[in-house]
Amino acid sequence: MMASMRELLNRMRSFFRKKELDQDLDAELGSHLEHAIDENIQRGMTAEEARRQALIRIGGVTQAKEQQREARGLPALDILMQDLRYTLRTLRRDRSFALIAILILALGIGANIVVFSVVNTILLRPLPFHDPQQLVWITGGNDAKNLSNVTYPVAIYEDYVRQNQSLQSLTSYFAFSAANEDRLMDHGVEKPITAFMVAGNFFQTLGVQPTLGRLFTPNECQKGGRPAVLLTYPFWRRQFNADPSIVGKVVTMDNQPVTVVGVLPSSFNFGSIFLPGMNVQVLFPIIMDDIRNEGDALALIGRLKPGVTVAGAQAEANALFPRINAAHPEFGGGFQAIITGLKDHVSGNLRRSLIVLWSAVGLILLIVCVNLSNLMLARAAARSQEFALRSALGSGRLRLIRQLLTESLVLSIAGAFLGLLLACAGIYALAHSSSIAIPMLNSVTVNGTAVGWTVLITVATAVFFGLAPALKMSGKNLQESLKEMGRGSSTGKMHERLRGTLVILEVALSCVLLIGAGLLLRSFLRIMDVDLGFQPSHAATMQIDYQEQNDYKNPDRRYAALQEILRRVQAIPGIEAAGVTDNLPLERNRGWGFSAVGRAYTKEEEKNTDALVYIVTPGYLGAMGMHLIEGRDISWQDSSKSEPVAVINETAARFNWPGQDPIGRMAMVGGRKSRIIGVISDVRESSVEERSSSQMYLPWSQNGPEGNNLVVRTKLAPDVLESSVMSTLRSMNPAQPATEFRPIQQIVDRAVSPRRFFVLLVGAFAALGLILASLGIYGVISYSVTQRTQEIGIRMALGATMGRVQRDVLWRTLRLALLGIALGAALSFVVARLIAALLFATQPTDHATFAGVALLLIAVAFFAGYIPARRASRIDPMIALRND
Amino acid sequence: MVDSKLDLLQGTLDLMVLQTLAAMGAQHGYGIARRIEQVSGDAVLLNQGTIYASLVRLQQRGWISAEWGVSDNNRKAKFYSITRTGRRQMANDAAHWQRLANVMGRMLAMQEDGGAQ
Repeated sequence: MMASMRELLNRMRSFFRKKELDQDLDAELGSHLEHAIDENIQRGMTAEEARRQALIRIGGVTQAKEQQREARGLPALDILMQDLRYTLRTLRRDRSFALIAILILALGIGANIVVFSVVNTILLRPLPFHDPQQLVWITGGNDAKNLSNVTYPVAIYEDYVRQNQSLQSLTSYFAFSAANEDRLMDHGVEKPITAFMVAGNFFQTLGVQPTLGRLFTPNECQKGGRPAVLLTYPFWRRQFNADPSIVGKVVTMDNQPVTVVGVLPSSFNFGSIFLPGMNVQVLFPIIMDDIRNEGDALALIGRLKPGVTVAGAQAEANALFPRINAAHPEFGGGFQAIITGLKDHVSGNLRRSLIVLWSAVGLILLIVCVNLSNLMLARAAARSQEFALRSALGSGRLRLIRQLLTESLVLSIAGAFLGLLLACAGIYALAHSSSIAIPMLNSVTVNGTAVGWTVLITVATAVFFGLAPALKMSGKNLQESLKEMGRGSSTGKMHERLRGTLVILEVALSCVLLIGAGLLLRSFLRIMDVDLGFQPSHAATMQIDYQEQNDYKNPDRRYAALQEILRRVQAIPGIEAAGVTDNLPLERNRGWGFSAVGRAYTKEEEKNTDALVYIVTPGYLGAMGMHLIEGRDISWQDSSKSEPVAVINETAARFNWPGQDPIGRMAMVGGRKSRIIGVISDVRESSVEERSSSQMYLPWSQNGPEGNNLVVRTKLAPDVLESSVMSTLRSMNPAQPATEFRPIQQIVDRAVSPRRFFVLLVGAFAALGLILASLGIYGVISYSVTQRTQEIGIRMALGATMGRVQRDVLWRTLRLALLGIALGAALSFVVARLIAALLFATQPTDHATFAGVALLLIAVAFFAGYIPARRASRIDPMIALRND
Repeated sequence: MVDSKLDLLQGTLDLMVLQTLAAMGAQHGYGIARRIEQVSGDAVLLNQGTIYASLVRLQQRGWISAEWGVSDNNRKAKFYSITRTGRRQMANDAAHWQRLANVMGRMLAMQEDGGAQ
């Protein structure tokens, strides 16, 4: 044991001291010969004979050296080094091949690294919290579209906290904050910031420790306690230049002095996990007593006790909630809890898309492998004589396979390095694109796991694309290869058949990719075509501030101020309409009870009597480009003293007054009788892809004091108007924070951004697949034309026309393509069914897509085949026959 | 030269080298090779060069050590000598060989008897 350990160490040492040891051995063998010669001369031989005999007895100096080297060093490594040197030499000689191969590999491997990193971060890795498998998301109902259904009032939350046995801890955050709603006083200028409020035990429940300072104290979560704020890491870096002394200092937020108590760690990104696409900058503690009367406001997150399952917690909640509901008749009952793992809530609905993406990128790698196999085969054909020579000189078959695999491994590793660079750039771009609403996307990095994955696919790729050519090459009969030096023979044809098969495979794979991408793209276009119920183009929004200086206690005065703001804004040249709303479509929403007065609802219908509520000013519907079907818009005459009124959407009208005209009828709206004055077309309010639910639009004057999203409609570019609107706002309120117009289109873009993200990526991969497939076709046809120069020459000499030759080559090309398309289309039928759930208003067997892809591939194959076909038809028979 | 020389079994040469060094003290490669040839009565097929693979192997295992020196006829030569662990190893290997040889002897004797009956 000791001896073999020592031997191994010594062998390794010898590996690095070759030169020195060889010199030593030379000296030793020299001394050996001298001794032998001395002895032979003593025996009476001539000097020459003595030397000859000595050399015979030693049995070859070179062999002795070789044996000794093998005994002392690492022969396997020596061979590898030799192969590597040889590989680098051949690749340097064939530089264009090496460059193309490395580039193709880099694209394939790079795409795989990017997608793997995304998949790893979002799907595979646990959430960045302590014991994340214990964390659960607790939601109030199935209908997650309506934020009010997801959330709970404070009293229900508190009862659930007190009565449950299965959770170690139950926490919450206030779900109805929105971007840029708060203000930070920054060197005398008000700056909009995005703040969220979390329960006092929020960070403890998740197991998040601050990087600096501390978390909230119980006092800071009490009414009348000292106001406190926690900064997120990126905000601390940007706004406070990562100044550690900020902790304990007092800053002014929302006109109030607030103490910065700590800085959260960089690994904690509230927005990216709970509100993808939202950049949350600071976190306040929830003062429960302040929001006790705000209705359903809290989103719940729990941590299971050790040993308790989700099902166990669910069973308990099912038993608890009827009791909790009974204790709070003021909420009208109906609360329940549906418990799922937090991870499922965060990334569950992305699972399918991500798996499709992962498969697409795997397909790309497969196409890359097939393509390179093909290139290697073409190259191998050109090198068959070199290999014949090597094997004639004594290289075994294994040694040749080893040599070829070394070559593919070297290419693959070089490709992987380049791919890794590309991937890092791609991931940096992804992680810093704030407009894609995909959770945790901005924490995607190329980490150790991703590098491990890279190594794995690099080696697998190398073996995959190197093995077939290696077996093919080394298996060749030596004599045949040497014979083949002359004209094309039967093995040449077999070779070509293998390459043809590979091209068919390649076309089939890219056909699958293209059809998949085509279906997704078509779905995306259908979605872009959806009638949103409002016109995002030519509209923009901005947050205005009119509440503080207009007496919080006096809604009428504030209403007057708001009316004046809107009057002045509308007077700005270029502005066609303006209005204010509390919530914008596709952003935050909430639901209130809504029912037709005097109508009996079935139990089933009763579940759907909630409607999304929007508190708006006159002009808002017009500014958004919503379409009034009948009745009238809200007007300035609808005041706090006049009859309560409501505008509803078609769905609400159909549901509550089926087959009747709702105009003028009475409804219970949030517990108050209101008259229906108008009906608008359905607005896609929570998702572009889902049907609308019931909606109502209530006048600000009767439901204030809420809403600060100014919406304007203009034919001009919004940023042209920005300064005039801003100066108008400042003339009313000098403290109006500087904000920018946000085009409404941007809100729509953000809502469809996950789908756009997937379509773009899958589309890019499909394009890459198409390019690779066309390269493959071109390579094979072009090579076969070169191989057949003579044959074509003979045919032309015998009278074949140029057109005939060209047609033959093109037909050969198209035959490969058609076979590939047929195979690919058949595969696509299966694949399309698998991704059917991701399609929108598109059949998995969409004829247009299938036909379009087939035509595209035929066209590409035609062009790829045309260049060699043209070359074939230009062959001069005389030259072709003479050459060789 | 004799027609049929014995091919050396794997590992045999190593033991021969060890034994030679143990019996004769420090020796250079040529000396060891010659000694083995003489003792075997020129019955083993030994390319003298093979001895160097064996020497480097034994040296790497720590059973012999080497040092450059000057030989009797005033030539530079690398001298090998057996180490303590080498002696122990040699004793083990020698015992093993003795047993194997005994067993083989008995086995072959049995066959001859069988043939005679």
